[in-house]
Amino acid sequence: MNIGIPKESLASETRVAGTPKSVAQLVKLGYTVSVETGAGDLASFPDDEFVEAGAKIVGGDDVWANDIVIKINEPNDDEISKMKAGTILIGLMAAPRSPELLEKVAKQGLTVLAMDSVPRLSRSQSMDVISSMANIGGYKAVIEAANEFGSFFTGQITAAGKVPPAKVFVSGAGVAGLAAIGAANSLGAIVSATDIRAEVAEQVESMGASFVFPEGAEAQKSTDGYAKEASADFAEAASRMYAEQAKINDIIITTALIPGKPAPRLITEEMVASMKPGSVIVDMAAIAGGNVAGSKPDEVVTTENGVKIIGYTDLPGRLPTQSSLLFSQNIVNIMKLLTPGKNDGELVLDLDDVVQRGVLVADKGEVTWPAPPISVSAAPTQEAAAPVVKEEKKPRDPKVTYAVGAIAALALLALFFASPSDLLGHFMVFALSLVIGFYVIGNVSHSLHTPLMSVTNAISGIIIVGCLAGFTFIPSDLAIGDVVSNSTDLVIFILSVVGVLLASINVFGGFTVTDRMLKMFRKG
Amino acid sequence: MSISLIQGSYIIAGLLFILALAGLSKHETSKRGNIFGAIGMALALVFALIAIGLGQIETIEGFGEFEMVPAAPTWTIAAIIIAMIIGAIIGILKAKKVEMTGMPELIALFHSFVGLAAVLVGWAAYYSSVAEGHFTGLHSGESFIGIFIGAVTFTGSIIAYLKLSAKIKSTPLTLPGHNILNLGALVAFIVLTVIFVNHPEGSTGLILISVVTVLALLLGLHLVASIGGGDMPVVVSMLNSYSGFAAAAAGFTLNNDLLIITGALVGSSGAYLSFMMCKAMNRSFISVIAGGFGSDGAVKGEEKDYGEHREISAADAADMLKNASSVVIAPGYGMAVAQAQGAVASLTEKLREKGINVRFGIHPVAGRLPGHMNVLLAEAKVPYDIVLEMDEIDEDLEDTEVVLVIGANDTVNPAALEDPGSPIAGMPVLEVWKAQNVIVFKRSMATGYAGVQNPLFFKENSQMLFGDAKDKVEEIIKDL
Repeated sequence: MNIGIPKESLASETRVAGTPKSVAQLVKLGYTVSVETGAGDLASFPDDEFVEAGAKIVGGDDVWANDIVIKINEPNDDEISKMKAGTILIGLMAAPRSPELLEKVAKQGLTVLAMDSVPRLSRSQSMDVISSMANIGGYKAVIEAANEFGSFFTGQITAAGKVPPAKVFVSGAGVAGLAAIGAANSLGAIVSATDIRAEVAEQVESMGASFVFPEGAEAQKSTDGYAKEASADFAEAASRMYAEQAKINDIIITTALIPGKPAPRLITEEMVASMKPGSVIVDMAAIAGGNVAGSKPDEVVTTENGVKIIGYTDLPGRLPTQSSLLFSQNIVNIMKLLTPGKNDGELVLDLDDVVQRGVLVADKGEVTWPAPPISVSAAPTQEAAAPVVKEEKKPRDPKVTYAVGAIAALALLALFFASPSDLLGHFMVFALSLVIGFYVIGNVSHSLHTPLMSVTNAISGIIIVGCLAGFTFIPSDLAIGDVVSNSTDLVIFILSVVGVLLASINVFGGFTVTDRMLKMFRKG
Repeated sequence: MSISLIQGSYIIAGLLFILALAGLSKHETSKRGNIFGAIGMALALVFALIAIGLGQIETIEGFGEFEMVPAAPTWTIAAIIIAMIIGAIIGILKAKKVEMTGMPELIALFHSFVGLAAVLVGWAAYYSSVAEGHFTGLHSGESFIGIFIGAVTFTGSIIAYLKLSAKIKSTPLTLPGHNILNLGALVAFIVLTVIFVNHPEGSTGLILISVVTVLALLLGLHLVASIGGGDMPVVVSMLNSYSGFAAAAAGFTLNNDLLIITGALVGSSGAYLSFMMCKAMNRSFISVIAGGFGSDGAVKGEEKDYGEHREISAADAADMLKNASSVVIAPGYGMAVAQAQGAVASLTEKLREKGINVRFGIHPVAGRLPGHMNVLLAEAKVPYDIVLEMDEIDEDLEDTEVVLVIGANDTVNPAALEDPGSPIAGMPVLEVWKAQNVIVFKRSMATGYAGVQNPLFFKENSQMLFGDAKDKVEEIIKDL
């Protein structure tokens, strides 16, 4: 089949849906690819590189006449009308926000695969453009903030004095938030972050930030990988937390977007006013109304107290080469899924596959969005085993522990009270040796557990001393003949001699085999 | 000889034993630890022998010297030395000859000797009371307890030895109401002890002490017979612990602190190891002792469609290894069964020569003894610093290109984490499936010891290499 990659028509768009690299991969899948003249210019991919990769460069409206059209932004009315019925369009659709657009493409008879509707499954991560664009956006948000910020990010000790590191607070630990944390962290800032889903704390910490969570609030559990709107209680606790964070941080980056809903207001005017002059806020949700009071889409607003609020909505587009590379790679990955023949260039849809069903928002004149829901969670898989493990890990009430300890101590005391005092001396030795043994053994390297067992075999041969004690009951003037005639002495003698023999096997065998094993261990 | 001198030697021996165990905390100090242990033992033995040969003399201030225990006749010393020499020859021969795969059996056998010796000490103490015609209730009670623990250890270890060396079948024996039998034996033991403490003399005493011996022998037999082969690491550690407590009980009987110290050290060592093994299987100690997996025959995993597994040839596996930069090998007891450790070691050497980072990930319950895999690999000359514990390798698995699973099954089963209904749910496992590729060496698609199907085999990134592990590893070496 033929694929067309048009030049993006949106005025501010710098990206392109195909790169020389992705075109080569599409050609390898068996497709014929044509690219519109100058499509990749803004992303630094000149036409001749596309030709080298095996694409045709076409002008005019030819690119729209292909069986498959791959682009980035939602098509405008003019573009829709250029495509014939049955054309497969692949790109962003913003399906939840634009029902009219879906109607229009359906009316035109197009089959539309919306790259921003890829379900969040681990299998489909390689096709998720939202993630890959959010990743770039998060990174660029930090760079833009650094650009507007009047100081270093990293702390330094210079000849002129000490420079404190910048403090960065990231709200929302989705892909964008995590990318922002990583970028800010690698610039040397002190980073903290929050998210409505407490389960992401681990991910936040793994990126080098500390996790803050509204005090006294209950965590939200995500079932589809996206955050939802918060409850009223939570919002109140969160608001207190944001007020606190606004006072102590130099940079705030907000990434809170809820699919299909206006962005939640996280930072109020008072909070902005409480920030230090020169502080920077990047509102990555400006396109959906903004997380920050006073943010304007695509503008940098400076407040009265000198706080800059950045509301760029095209953060990924500000790194056009990188964005095009990742977007086009997502496209290649989904095309691989849609090309079961591997290299025959035939696109086949399998609607039983949740990923393919999920991206299909219009099918030959019919709107098929939204797809039936599937449930996934960002929580680690160990959660599944939780019901089993939980029973044992239930922390014991400390009162119960003390009570059990007290009862045990009393019982032991009663026992000792009834015992003769010489026995207590032995008990003391026994109890202390047990404790010492437990701590000493706890330090033994796991890899030496077998030698440990054999050496304990050897030293438990010390029972030989016990066997020897038997001989002390044989009177010193007793001759061999007398023993045989005295049955008790004979029994003691035999028992003790056999005991000595057995224990000797342990002593000599145990130490020898331990030595043999330990000699085998060598360092590489 | 002065009794203080003898006691002093015992204190030093006790300290040396502690140092011996402490030395095992690191490879660097482990050999020194073993030597400390041997010196402590030699010291205690020499002084004990001299004490018997010369008699023990106590010096009390202002009262002069008292001869506490007279010297034993010379011919008995000769008998002791002959017995020791015979014991030493048997022990050293066994120790030199044993295959490292046979270590579990040897250790179980050694436990049984300590157990039997403790029984003999108890009986000898009983007869010496008979000879003196004088019993003290509590001391008799101590020897009674010593005999009980010793006898349980003795038969238990013998059964463990027979099972481990495959001289009897390792399937668990399931008598009806076997838990009641065990519990009943314990209760009977307590009752017998109380009666014995009050009536140690005469024929009642002899009958009681005989009955408890037989009861304990049977209990040990039944206890270990009803535990399955794969739970043997726990059982052997448990018997290690019992053998220590048997020695400690003998120490109480004879008022000998060295026996008490050593017994307590060995006892806590075994207890710690069993605790650790149980934790590594996410099972309670009681549930292991009360009978292993499959003892009811009902804990099978559900039949489920896991999809298709994929096969790989040795040549393709070699190719994959050649192009990898990081390889982790997860061995299990199956490797020892196939005697593949030598081949695995040469594969490791080959790959390391190519600059590939090869490491081993050892699950705590891999093998038939705690730390068994480490010894087997050490014997095959794999350097110990690339043999890592599960916790140490866990984080690196994600960045690993190829994991070779050789003879392991349950210890790499993702069902432990993913399927709460699985019999092994909650057991910590080596998460090998996080790596980019997993190659599983296996004879066939049969299930592991726990009788659970392993979804690892059906994961997208795992491939099966069927056949004898040793042959297959050698084929890969040839293709490299």
